[in-house]
Amino acid sequence: MSVFCGVYPLYEAIDPNNTPVSGGAFLIFTIVKMLIIFTVYMVGVAMLTLAERKISAWIQDRHGPNRVGKGWLQPAADGLKNFMKEETMPANVNKPLFVLAPILSFIPALTAWCVIPFGAPVATRWGRVDLVVADLPVGFLFILALTSLGVYGIVLAGWSSNNKYALLGGLRSSAQMVSYEISMGMSTIPVLLLAGNVSLNSIINQQAWGGWNVINLTVAFFIFMVAAFAETNRLPFDLPEAESELIAGYHTEYSAMKFSLFFIAEYASMVTASALMATLFFGGWDVPFTGHDNIGPYSGWLSLLSVFIFLGKILFFLFVFMWVRWTLPRFRYDQLMSLGWKIMLPLALIYIVVIAAVLLGLSAAGFQQGVWQAAILGSVNVIFVIVLFAILDRGRIISPAYGRMHPKEIERLRRLDRRQRVAVEAGR
Amino acid sequence: MAIGVKIVERPIEDVSYVRAMFRGMALTVKHLFDVNGRVTTQYPEEKSPISPRWRGTHRMLTTETGKARCVACGLCPTVCPANCIKLVPGEDEEGNRYPLVFEIDEFRCIFCGYCQEVCPEEAIHVGRHYENSEYSRQGFVYDLQRLMDQTHPVCEMWDPEDPKGQ
Repeated sequence: MSVFCGVYPLYEAIDPNNTPVSGGAFLIFTIVKMLIIFTVYMVGVAMLTLAERKISAWIQDRHGPNRVGKGWLQPAADGLKNFMKEETMPANVNKPLFVLAPILSFIPALTAWCVIPFGAPVATRWGRVDLVVADLPVGFLFILALTSLGVYGIVLAGWSSNNKYALLGGLRSSAQMVSYEISMGMSTIPVLLLAGNVSLNSIINQQAWGGWNVINLTVAFFIFMVAAFAETNRLPFDLPEAESELIAGYHTEYSAMKFSLFFIAEYASMVTASALMATLFFGGWDVPFTGHDNIGPYSGWLSLLSVFIFLGKILFFLFVFMWVRWTLPRFRYDQLMSLGWKIMLPLALIYIVVIAAVLLGLSAAGFQQGVWQAAILGSVNVIFVIVLFAILDRGRIISPAYGRMHPKEIERLRRLDRRQRVAVEAGR
Repeated sequence: MAIGVKIVERPIEDVSYVRAMFRGMALTVKHLFDVNGRVTTQYPEEKSPISPRWRGTHRMLTTETGKARCVACGLCPTVCPANCIKLVPGEDEEGNRYPLVFEIDEFRCIFCGYCQEVCPEEAIHVGRHYENSEYSRQGFVYDLQRLMDQTHPVCEMWDPEDPKGQ
């Protein structure tokens, strides 16, 4: 990759076609990109609601929606229904916050998309167009900052609704988000260590030359995935809306389009989380087994292919989201907390130390980024995964109450019990 | 520990969350692709079979000349536990009795099938039919013409010789 870093500006210098667009063309292209992203995103989110219902139906041996236009118009029918419904405003709500909350939960998920690169650059007559709305140099930090804003919408919804269930949902949500945000951030540090940069394009480029991060950093990927499930409030982490416990949590007092906006926000953040997983761990838009899509000369077809590859990866993760939702039951609150604080956080910290040590050792031994580094990282990773699986397999992963007890502990409890019974007998 | 809590030593493969999770995921994905395993009946197009002894809304059978078989003997209103049959007998010039008014209030009816069982002429029957909807309560009072116009199959009464209907 160090070689590549040198090549890139050189290439820009000799090929005028490869310089970024500027001026008015830049403005127009940016607006076009924004419009395309927004449209695709909103339509995609609508279709996701259909996909969710279809997948849940198939998993449960049902057919799913198949009446409105063979099922394809179901999202439109749902949208129409939500537009026609009455907007309820319960008594004593904090009105500005009540209205603001759904917007606040929706906007961060959407905004995060502006820094996610979704395809290889396109060469046009006016110069190179990067397929990303804003190629921020601090792209990943921007995403972390924005996605953690999503919790405000939920907490404010819970607070302003004047409803105890909504408030409990909001509280749970804030606790959950705080717990998992940390491991989420920590799990990505090994990725940033490898890329040596926080810009998402450089993370993708690093994976194009050094192999997908999921192969070298499997543990980081799993931590990130679990944290992403928790951040998007999806099962098995849907405690903030827990239907069976809190009616609908922070949704309780919302109706019509305001409720719909929460719903859209959930799917939007799912899409964003999937895109992040694809970008950080699965090579983003990079066409596998090819290198030429990363330096050009860029062609339209190649860019289109890379967009579809990125889309395919996102769809795969969205499917995993739904698959998990319709398989795993919800965690208990203490299980959620113990998983977040006792397992994920220490694991993420240990993993950072291990990866940083390995990288430091490698660079001290003279291995720069390349095949050898990837191979050594991969073997360290395999060992780590095996050890981790053996530990997690002990049955203590989420459940202190259900966990295996040490025989000595059982003996102690039995003795205590016997003593108490004797005391009761004596007292009588 | 005052109540004797039983502490069970279960093997790891039973308590491991990770293994249980993968097993569950494998099960759900198996159902996801099991196209022939879908169990929902697509109702308006496809209907579940109903029993030959199903007792639904009534039907009056007719003679070859298209008249009701009913001879207005008055047994069905007498036997009806819900008191939902209204029968006013009439008599023509030859002395044959026929129903002047024969109405069944299907809302009051409890679908016991006694009317069919008691009928000496095998005229009134309960039907193997279940799609009943009307715009008004009055619509559920079926008069003689309507009872005769029904075409759905009728209930087969329970036969003591053949209790399982084979």
